[in-house]
Amino acid sequence: MQIRLLKDRILSKLMLALTIFSVSLVALIGAGLYYKSVPLLRDNTWGSLLFSSVWEPMKGLFGFFPFIMGTLWVTAIAIIISLPLCLLTAIYLAEYAGTTVKKIVNPLVSLLAGIPPVIFGVWGILFVVEFTTGYSVLAGGIVLAVMIFPLIVSIITEVFNTIPRELKDASLSLGATKWETVRKVILRKALPGIIAAIVLAVSRAFGETIAVLMVCGNVPVAPKSVFDPGYPLPALIANNYGEMLSVPLYDSALLYAAFLLFVIILVFNLVSRIILNRLERRISG
Amino acid sequence: MTNAPHISVQNLNVQIGNNLILKDVNINIPDKKVTSIIGPSGCGKTTLLKTFNRLLDNTADVKISGKVLVDGENIYDPGAEVTHIRKKMGLLSQRPFPLPMSIYDNIAYGPRIHGTTKRKDLDQLVEHYLRATGLWDEVKDRLHSSATRLSIGQQQRLCLARGLAVEPEIILGDESTSALDPVSTQKIEELFLELKEKYTIVLVTHILRQARRVSDYIIFVYMGRIIEFGPTEEVLLNPQEELTREYVKGFIS
Ligand SMILES: Nc1ncnc2c1ncn2[C@@H]1O[C@H](COP(=O)(O)OP(=O)(O)OP(=O)(O)O)[C@@H](O)[C@H]1O
Ligand SMILES: [Mg+2]
Repeated sequence: MQIRLLKDRILSKLMLALTIFSVSLVALIGAGLYYKSVPLLRDNTWGSLLFSSVWEPMKGLFGFFPFIMGTLWVTAIAIIISLPLCLLTAIYLAEYAGTTVKKIVNPLVSLLAGIPPVIFGVWGILFVVEFTTGYSVLAGGIVLAVMIFPLIVSIITEVFNTIPRELKDASLSLGATKWETVRKVILRKALPGIIAAIVLAVSRAFGETIAVLMVCGNVPVAPKSVFDPGYPLPALIANNYGEMLSVPLYDSALLYAAFLLFVIILVFNLVSRIILNRLERRISG
Repeated sequence: MTNAPHISVQNLNVQIGNNLILKDVNINIPDKKVTSIIGPSGCGKTTLLKTFNRLLDNTADVKISGKVLVDGENIYDPGAEVTHIRKKMGLLSQRPFPLPMSIYDNIAYGPRIHGTTKRKDLDQLVEHYLRATGLWDEVKDRLHSSATRLSIGQQQRLCLARGLAVEPEIILGDESTSALDPVSTQKIEELFLELKEKYTIVLVTHILRQARRVSDYIIFVYMGRIIEFGPTEEVLLNPQEELTREYVKGFIS
């Protein structure tokens, strides 16, 4: 009896310690990146770093605006393209598809999730860039859309599956069609889950590096249309880190880019968490 | 009584996967009466009830043969229109499942789908069916707040009102009071007794006392077969079949 209790107590303490450790890693990463950006911040104001479009490291001019915009464009395009497709696919898989279709499609979706980004990049160059848009944020968005597709589809399908059968039956038994049930009951009930899926996908899209870098063109100018090339933050870091470090402040600038990316994702997650909480409270009454 | 009963089941077999769940079911459900389906757990009561409004359609690997005639129309006919069939029946499940919307919208859900859009008509419908289920005075000041904030008993009455609002002919209830406290249970039972003036009611219940209190007829199901069907008192107090006698034994003594 005593030993069982002791075990329980020790284990719970241990798990708490591990949890604190992994959470503090996040803080440590943030602090580390900030510390490394300090030299850059000493010579430049936040305003000029964030909003200047001039990127000439040789002259000591570091404007991150093009990269921030590159990141936002690519991510936004990816979500706009993939979200409707994902929703319809998930609705089909959860509510319409028969067992055979599910048995074939679900493994394919997981397979898609397991393909390494570099392969998506090559596919992007060969097909998307070649045949449609050229090196552009649109190409990046399309490739990213395909990459986040399995993630969103599997989460949303899972969310749909957690909605009780009886709730769907309640709507159907009132003479609603499947589609009416989906639109008026299931989507409403699933909204918090759908938003959570989008949040995860967006965070993933912000950070995706290789595939995007291969098709975006990597020109440090803020894109004005979807057909312009862009240069997202992760691509900037991956392309240049370890090179040109003789240029003064260059490594500090790259770590500042990493810090920006970190902050963008953090703020985004925080904001969406707040929205999600509001929503959940409203829906569950 | 008309010559075509609301619900007539003929040679119905239901198979899910490799399990034959309903075997050769034949029954005419009496109109404008309460009929209770009783039987041990897992014998197929819920399945039988669901065949009446084709709610098994969404179950994987289900095979249904035979006929269920609703108002003379075989609902398993390939040409049968399922929403039209379901609209004829109100379903009250074991636990209440209010739709994720306001009290008002829950009631208005069905009528809106079927084409009632005028605000005034909807207002009237909502009030009428909330009154019919005794909820009006309890909720009239918060019609537009979320239905999930009601108590479980109130939610169940809301679900009944919601079902009635599509003007069904038949009410199906699957252990509709099993999640409720005694007072709410009594309210629902009283409603059933009131409603049988206008509706044909089929209930699944585990509680023999309840079956006796509310129903005119009883169907006893055992391992997917209908063993006995007859007026309540006869089935409960003077069963003809050995299996039925065994099941209601506790009740008679
Ligand atoms: N979707 C399904 N897949 C496979 N088997 C099922 C399914 N639904 C029901 N069954 C089986 O059918 C049989 C009858 O189930 P049903 O739910 O109709 O019983 P019941 O009489 O309502 O039982 P209870 O009184 O416990 O509610 C059970 O053996 C059950 O395991
Ligand atoms: Mg049951």
